Amino acid sequence: MMTSFGDPFNTLLNLQRALEAQIASNWLQDQTTSQGPFPPVNVFRQGDDILAIIELPGVDKAELQVQAKENTIRISGKKAAKYPDGISVHRRERTFGEFDRTLTLPVRLNPDGIKAEYRDGILALFLPRAEQDKPRSIAIA
Amino acid sequence: MATGQELQVQQKRELEKKEEATVPARVFLPTADIYETPEALTVILEMPGVEKENIEVHVERDTLKVEGQLDLSKYQGLVPLYTEYNIGHYSRSFRLSNKIDQNRISAELKDGVLSLTLPKAEEARPRAIQIN
Repeated sequence: MMTSFGDPFNTLLNLQRALEAQIASNWLQDQTTSQGPFPPVNVFRQGDDILAIIELPGVDKAELQVQAKENTIRISGKKAAKYPDGISVHRRERTFGEFDRTLTLPVRLNPDGIKAEYRDGILALFLPRAEQDKPRSIAIA
Repeated sequence: MATGQELQVQQKRELEKKEEATVPARVFLPTADIYETPEALTVILEMPGVEKENIEVHVERDTLKVEGQLDLSKYQGLVPLYTEYNIGHYSRSFRLSNKIDQNRISAELKDGVLSLTLPKAEEARPRAIQIN
């Protein structure tokens, strides 16, 4: 554990942030448990399918879980600090903790075709659209 | 830091440069942790998406400079639908207050996190003085 300086203002600020996050959360809405906006997500379209690129530096692959259901994706895990004991900290900007986020997509997914890849701190989720959800061209008679 | 605490998204800070670049790509400051042990100074930088080959580390006149280039070709042909963060190259420099043994600097990249170990020069290490 890193040595840190206890600061009453920091404690208050953390509590205020936590309260703010709860106000903004949609806990009572019809969704799976989702907490907080971490990690940030970029969603792209690749042809008919969807590609989600998530920035998650410093997370062990073993501590990262991805679950899929119909049109939701849940990303959860833990970002832990691995620093030796007896160090003096000069600068601390990185944050650590647990995260759990659910994304709801406007299209149905083919859960068997989902591919996840974690490399260089980036989680890429390849989300294929369900066959029955793809648009069909109608021949005009 | 308490491990049970929920993670918040950190907004990326953009690098402020004296000169303008000729390429209009954006450059961000990687999030950093720095700690010191009696033997070395360790600098940890978060640079998600940067590959090992595209990182450059220089120490010159007590200034440590780290640059990471993002491979933007991977984003070609993708149509953004919804975005929450911006992407760009990374660059950050630190003025070192310790004397560093430049020949023994080591670097490790894992999961988008670069760890630099800068061993202190022999004369800069703390010494216990015996009092007779």
